[in-house]
Amino acid sequence: MSNTGNTLPPAQQSGGINWFKYASPQTFFPVAGKLIPLFAIAALLLCAAGFYIGFFVAPTDSQQHDAYRIIFLHVGAAWMSMFIYLVMAFWAGLGLILNTRLSSMMASALAPTGAMFTFLALWTGALWGRPTWGAWWVWDARLTSELILLFLYIGFIALQASIDEPRRADRAGAVLALVGVVNVPIIYFSVQWWNTLHQGSSINFSNAPKMAMTMLIGMLLMALGFWAYTFVAALLRLRCIVLERERHTDWAKEYLEKTA
Amino acid sequence: MIWDSWSDFFAMGGYALYVWGSIIMVAGCMLGEVASLMLRRKSILQQFGGQRRSGAKRQGARDENAA
Repeated sequence: MSNTGNTLPPAQQSGGINWFKYASPQTFFPVAGKLIPLFAIAALLLCAAGFYIGFFVAPTDSQQHDAYRIIFLHVGAAWMSMFIYLVMAFWAGLGLILNTRLSSMMASALAPTGAMFTFLALWTGALWGRPTWGAWWVWDARLTSELILLFLYIGFIALQASIDEPRRADRAGAVLALVGVVNVPIIYFSVQWWNTLHQGSSINFSNAPKMAMTMLIGMLLMALGFWAYTFVAALLRLRCIVLERERHTDWAKEYLEKTA
Repeated sequence: MIWDSWSDFFAMGGYALYVWGSIIMVAGCMLGEVASLMLRRKSILQQFGGQRRSGAKRQGARDENAA
């Protein structure tokens, strides 16, 4: 292009969005700020609807009675614990390959929320296991691999916290996160690969759901609520991390001065 | 509505400890996380925003003295 009068970048000329523009912390910071209230409203509505269906509409189970209602919290938390790990490893890996700071910050922002959902999956699982299996905990494949997931999250957070230089911490964390990805399919397929006390998947791709429609809808709404909540928590934390790391830059100084 | 009364709802068919223990922990963790993040943001703004402002004030005072 020899036309010097044309200053638009190629992506804008073709009418598309220049995604790389949003890879800079400075550009994404206000976007995250606008997204947080939207996801917060979605999370609130979805969780409220899921809770209503799960705890007021869904009928009592004939075998597990009302103890089964823990499913509405347990499955969503367990799904998010695995899903967040994959997303975290994706951003960490992208930061490692492309050397984009924001991707690595996103990975760090997701880790504590992922750890929280892993803990909640284990906690609700224990409270469900006690009345139905007669034990808070058993060392079976599903439970043990989920516990390892919690340790992976804690390891990622601790490793990053132990390294002073942020970019070195990003790279070290990314390697750990990527190696740990192997655990996610182990958790997911553990109920098929090993004999386990844990019941099979609530939903899978080959069969029709084995549960009543009301229960399924309640569970999905709750899981979607957790998903929207994850955006809220991760974006809130991302904005904190961006401010902490970029506080020496002009735009961050200006923002801090204006907002404080 | 599947419950006859509110006490029926809170009893959860005799599984109150397990069901409510789950609900309270999930809600507590989620609300606690959001609250802690809001506090973290507040402390960042106080620490770095306030520092800068008081620095600017001091700078302003020095300018006045110089004048």
